[in-house]
Amino acid sequence: MTAPLPAAPLVNATRFRAAHQATWERLEAIVGRIEKRSVRVLGEDDLLALPVLYRTTLSSLSVVRETSLDRALQTYLEQLCTRAYFQIYGAPGTAWRQLAHFFADGWPRAVASLWRETVAAAALGILGAVLGYFLVKHDPSWFYSIIPAELAEGRDPSASAQALKEVLYGSKDSDPLTAFAAYLFTHNAQVALFAFALGFAFAVPTALLLVYNGLTLGALVEIYVAKGLGPMLGGWLIIHGSTELFAITLAGAAGFRIGLAVGFPGRASRLESAVTAGRTGGTAMAGVVLMLVVAGLLEGIGRQTIQLDWERYALGGSVFVGWLVYYYLPRKRHALA
Amino acid sequence: MPWLRRRRPSGERSLRRQFVTPEGVDLNLELAGAGERATAFLIDALIMLVILIAVTIAVVYLDAGAGKAADSILSITWLLGFFVLRNGWFILFELSGRGATPGKRLLGLRVVARDGARLTGGAVVVRNAMRELELFLPLSFLAVDASESRLDALIYILAFSWVALFLFFPLFNRDRLRIGDLLAGTWVVHTVRGKLADDLVGATRQRRVFSEAALDLYGVYELQTLEDVLRRGSDEAIVTVAASIRHKASLPDDGDDWGFLSDYYAALCARLERSTMLGYRRENKHAASR
Repeated sequence: MTAPLPAAPLVNATRFRAAHQATWERLEAIVGRIEKRSVRVLGEDDLLALPVLYRTTLSSLSVVRETSLDRALQTYLEQLCTRAYFQIYGAPGTAWRQLAHFFADGWPRAVASLWRETVAAAALGILGAVLGYFLVKHDPSWFYSIIPAELAEGRDPSASAQALKEVLYGSKDSDPLTAFAAYLFTHNAQVALFAFALGFAFAVPTALLLVYNGLTLGALVEIYVAKGLGPMLGGWLIIHGSTELFAITLAGAAGFRIGLAVGFPGRASRLESAVTAGRTGGTAMAGVVLMLVVAGLLEGIGRQTIQLDWERYALGGSVFVGWLVYYYLPRKRHALA
Repeated sequence: MPWLRRRRPSGERSLRRQFVTPEGVDLNLELAGAGERATAFLIDALIMLVILIAVTIAVVYLDAGAGKAADSILSITWLLGFFVLRNGWFILFELSGRGATPGKRLLGLRVVARDGARLTGGAVVVRNAMRELELFLPLSFLAVDASESRLDALIYILAFSWVALFLFFPLFNRDRLRIGDLLAGTWVVHTVRGKLADDLVGATRQRRVFSEAALDLYGVYELQTLEDVLRRGSDEAIVTVAASIRHKASLPDDGDDWGFLSDYYAALCARLERSTMLGYRRENKHAASR
């Protein structure tokens, strides 16, 4: 049994394909080029056509889903629309624009919005420092349990004032110290990332890390103060410490934000609140890593070349004021970021 | 037994997720499975390891002939390079327009914000900062243990359960999220670049005609299964399916299985499409025909 040759296509899908296939194929070609290279390779015509083609194809998908039973066609359109969607909506802007936005707005705004957590983190750090100071003052043997020997480098309660002083004013041409600064930067950055990531566990490990950080600082300060070298240590510390300790405090604050968001989500769902906190924290963390780079430079270069106490205080203090101004000075709100 | 009945139907376990664009169309995304994620990560880790080893060898080689000043520059470069490699590899690649590291690209995966918005820098930093905690922290625990073997059993067990908790976390949620994905509001999806397959019904030629009863046998589900069989073109499957349809419709065997099946497909497709347009979509052979 056979039918006479049909005059019209059997199904609508065939007619639909004939009418729109050229559109889909043009979109596919454009999206393929963006995926291979970047959006910059497109000419003006293609660039203007892209959103129109995308919406036409999207509506083709809707029509096909409702009216056609050709699964291959539906799958193809789904895949094509998904690829086009990611190129149109999903891709972040150009690297330069992102970077500019990050410095001008994203970074300081994220840090400023963490101010409550920052105060709490700073308080914990100071608490640790005071505790460390008095523990070591009370019983110098505490020092050895607080600071690991490889970080102390001979700076311990038994060291002479002369030896301690030499560390503070290291010679200018000591090359290994610059490498040591790079090591310190990577070490600190990794610790900061940990402090942030650990905030996830309801902020408890982050708090411990901040207190411990304060303890080591307090213990170190005590052995210098006991030898009457307090102000000199201050200069040695503040030149990079004002940036570095601030950065670690901010990392802790970002961790707190996440821990609190998970623990006390408020009206939002736990997951939603964690996501919002996570994104703010992530932006702040990118800034923290940059701060640690600055701290590493100040430590590696600035501290070696600047030997006068008052200059060290002035530089460290003005850098700190610079950070405060950058983060917390009220800025114009952008209408829609 | 109530606990047996509470199990989800198998459809809900698939990795297809609703994803509605601002235009209001559901793109029906397919999430990446845990195995693919792990493979992509291993590929990335392998590339990073190779780069690290190559750079280290180069530094050691250059170091041998260099003076003291160059020595410190080299070690600084190595330290910073290692830091950038460890933290920057994932972040920079995922922030680029492709939203994927080389490993993910190789497997056709891509990182996407769950709410369909742009993938922001903050989100990418978070999902990769969390990797420190998921992977590198326990790894460094184990490394310390291997080098000094002074950790007691309790810490050892704790470290291991830590690894297990984070490593297998994606298996315990429906969306295959890492902790990092969870906090960053991202997920990893397939991006497939498929070609448009040919129209099976498009060719204009003489076709067999089937009775109403023969076309009443099946619904959309069976039609699309038949489409798969035709597109895949495996002879064995075509012979089996043709025989089974002929048997059910009590049609004689005319020796041309391929022609029979594609004509039957065309006729069934036309019939089901017509009834769909008139407002009744017969989902499968168990649904009543109208």
